[in-house]
Amino acid sequence: MARMKFLCDSERCIECNGCVTACKNENEVPWGVNRRRVVTLGDGLPGEKSVSVACMHCSDAPCMAVCPVDCFYHTDEGVVLHDKDMCIGCGYCFYACPFGAPQYPQTGAFGQRGKMDKCTFCAGGPEADHSEEEFKKYGRNRLAEGKLPLCAEMCSTKALLGGDGDVVADIFRDRALKRGKGGEMWGWGSAYGKPEQKPDAKKPEVKS
Amino acid sequence: MSKLVIALLAAVFGLSACGDKEAVVVYKQGSYSGKTDGKPWENAAFAGDKAKWEGSIRARGQAQNESKRVGD
Repeated sequence: MARMKFLCDSERCIECNGCVTACKNENEVPWGVNRRRVVTLGDGLPGEKSVSVACMHCSDAPCMAVCPVDCFYHTDEGVVLHDKDMCIGCGYCFYACPFGAPQYPQTGAFGQRGKMDKCTFCAGGPEADHSEEEFKKYGRNRLAEGKLPLCAEMCSTKALLGGDGDVVADIFRDRALKRGKGGEMWGWGSAYGKPEQKPDAKKPEVKS
Repeated sequence: MSKLVIALLAAVFGLSACGDKEAVVVYKQGSYSGKTDGKPWENAAFAGDKAKWEGSIRARGQAQNESKRVGD
């Protein structure tokens, strides 16, 4: 059985925010809620690094451990989901989550919080697949369509990988071995490097 | 008497909005007791065929591998 995981390659992420836009559009996420966001370290400085962050669907999820109403559950695919009908919007999961994944829509004046919303790995929630209730509460159920989360599937540089943990790890390992280090890591040599010169190549005569 | 009736009616109608809809069927401390979620292959698209669903997910996963898509 697949264990669904995300992996973001910080050497490839170009902070285009395509994943954020894809998520918001696909799931029609309410205003003020970002299930996914791009975090950049050293923004504007040489060597800046960006990473796309959302719920990491932890195997031993802290949100699940602290929830006072036990509204979280693990699917067989390793996706952490929750029942919004049970959620009381207390915010404990937000404090517990090391990734800042749980989000709260503002439902009224004075910062009143609504029910928690977070990345579902596009697996919907505990409602009938593709039903109106499921879409309204949790967004699209792409897994039930045999598809992976749109954020990962449409990443332009394939920095963000999603899917079965073993498959994703194999893709990343293969990539890391091939790209080597230094300029080759991000393709400088491939794009701008000179073709290899054979040692016995005849040099062109230079007229004086 | 009429004041008593009015007070009783006010109490009945005033408190009628205080009912709470039961969201949890059976609450058990320390375990999820919300609605059950179906398997992703138990729908019209896959008709319960788990192998077909896994094949689709695997193919989608490999589509993220540019080495497989465009060659080395």
